[in-house]
Amino acid sequence: MAETHMSSVSARRGASSGLRPELLYGVGLLLALAAPFVLYPVFLMKVLCFALFACAFNLLIGFAGLLSFGHAAFFGGAAYVTAHAAKVWGWTPELALLAGTASAAILGLVIGALAIRRQGIYFAMITLALSQMVFFLALQLPFTGGEDGIQGVPRGFLFGALDLNQPLTMYYFVLAIFVFGFALIWRTVHSPFGQVLKAIRENEPRAISLGYRTERYKLVAFLLSASLAGLAGGTKALVFQLASLTDVQWQMSGEVVLMTLLGGMGTLFGPVVGATLVVTLQNYLAGTNLPVTVVIGAIFVVCVLVFRRGIIGEIQARLSNR
Amino acid sequence: MFEMLGIPPQVLFGQLLLGLINGSFYALLSLGLAVIFGMLNVINFAHGALYMVGAFVAWLLLTQLGLGYWWAFALTPFIVGAFGILLEKTMLSRLYKLDHLYGLLLTFGLALILEGLFRHQYGVSGQPYPVPPSLSGGQNLGFMFLPNYRGWVIACSLVVCFGTWFAIERTRLGAYLRAATENPVLVQAFGINVPVMVSLTYGFGVALAGLAGVLAAPIYQVNPLMGSNLIIIVFAVVVIGGMGSILGAILTGIGLGLLEGLTKVFYPEASNIVVFVVMAIVLMIKPAGLFGRER
Repeated sequence: MAETHMSSVSARRGASSGLRPELLYGVGLLLALAAPFVLYPVFLMKVLCFALFACAFNLLIGFAGLLSFGHAAFFGGAAYVTAHAAKVWGWTPELALLAGTASAAILGLVIGALAIRRQGIYFAMITLALSQMVFFLALQLPFTGGEDGIQGVPRGFLFGALDLNQPLTMYYFVLAIFVFGFALIWRTVHSPFGQVLKAIRENEPRAISLGYRTERYKLVAFLLSASLAGLAGGTKALVFQLASLTDVQWQMSGEVVLMTLLGGMGTLFGPVVGATLVVTLQNYLAGTNLPVTVVIGAIFVVCVLVFRRGIIGEIQARLSNR
Repeated sequence: MFEMLGIPPQVLFGQLLLGLINGSFYALLSLGLAVIFGMLNVINFAHGALYMVGAFVAWLLLTQLGLGYWWAFALTPFIVGAFGILLEKTMLSRLYKLDHLYGLLLTFGLALILEGLFRHQYGVSGQPYPVPPSLSGGQNLGFMFLPNYRGWVIACSLVVCFGTWFAIERTRLGAYLRAATENPVLVQAFGINVPVMVSLTYGFGVALAGLAGVLAAPIYQVNPLMGSNLIIIVFAVVVIGGMGSILGAILTGIGLGLLEGLTKVFYPEASNIVVFVVMAIVLMIKPAGLFGRER
């Protein structure tokens, strides 16, 4: 009896969502593989970097309920370290990226350990303040080049063999990084660890009373999110051959919040959609006279007031209601 | 003693004065944030932007209507406060039943809009605002020179801060406010119109930001970005002080301003980050903040 009930539920769920997610991911991957033959590769690489950044941020807000307003610190900090390693130390791109990601992980450990001491709104304010500190450090430390940033970062040869100055090679390298990051997040969310995170998001005192050391779970989630944000930032530094103050500014933290909110917090694919839309919009607005921040702010307000589920969240809700 | 430290007293007192002035602004802004948070449970990210709007309102009153500093001083808090009430009525009030983080996100969007609009209109370079003639000049205090306007800013913000503290902690209206913070439903049952009180509280907190903007206009230039740089430091001040007490917000604001001034004297490189370092230390030792209670 129970078994038939279960199977009927899962059958209904399968019928109502229509398409299996694996199929969607497969189609998405095929599209991503074909895209550089239709669209401008640098634009696509920018989308992929920000999509990974937004997915990393979403791991915290969507699955652990932690709103970080300081993710620019990891994105931009890793961009600086990657750029420095590739340009000054002459490291190969994969090693430079590893260095950048490791630096973001260390920074994430420090900032995360401080921030998880408070909850909710305070968490957001603490991450914002600490990332502002990273911004001032980036402004003042000698190796970051101050207002100029680190320019002319060489893309180099991947594993000493593949020339990343070829746009297509670079694109597929960035796509591989994105797929790796996305798969890692997918795996995390669907693991027992991910389930505990969701429990903390829904009711932290209860998770504590069930015997989970929620602080550790939150810290590990923060560390993972910061590292992946760093991976995205380092990749961005290689794509644009530039690491600058824009990457560590608080506006960048706000942008990633918007991307996730617009696409759908707590959905796996939402941040990708949100990042694509925001980057496309920025590219479009750059050619017009409209002030970008006003448009971004207006989208923020509209999303919060009437569109809190985001695009993917709204689609999912519609499908499951039917 | 000063020769021993290798610091001329003029420099030391000059920076301390600057720190005291910055601290006055931190206190005014974090006070407004604390009042709003207590009542609405919303962290008003737009606070810095509204401080900027206050400065611009003063500047526009002067350049467009020819109304001088004292007019601006009297009118701006009401203009900014009314604008705040409008924002609260039309947007913020829809979010009270949701997670508090949405209030933060909404006000962040509002801050971006306000800042973007003024930047689009007036560019990023600052607009000068003259010191009012009645407050030009200065006093020689023997150990240092005190410009009259700066003395006025410090005195005015102290009076406003402690006036607010008195109004909230020692008057009947303040008692209603504190009661409504604890239990809005019960206070409403006693026949007090809580939604109106919420709107007025937001308007008041925002008016404080507008007032701070007017006070700041002659000291710093009137600049579309003046608020966003300040608001993050004020957030750190709020985390350090904790939002539990009004007096705590005031004292933390002034204290951190002074500390920043001292850092400028002894180790200028760290003056930008000293507040954040203090925040990190406070979080390690007393996570609820110096004057805060765990909630």
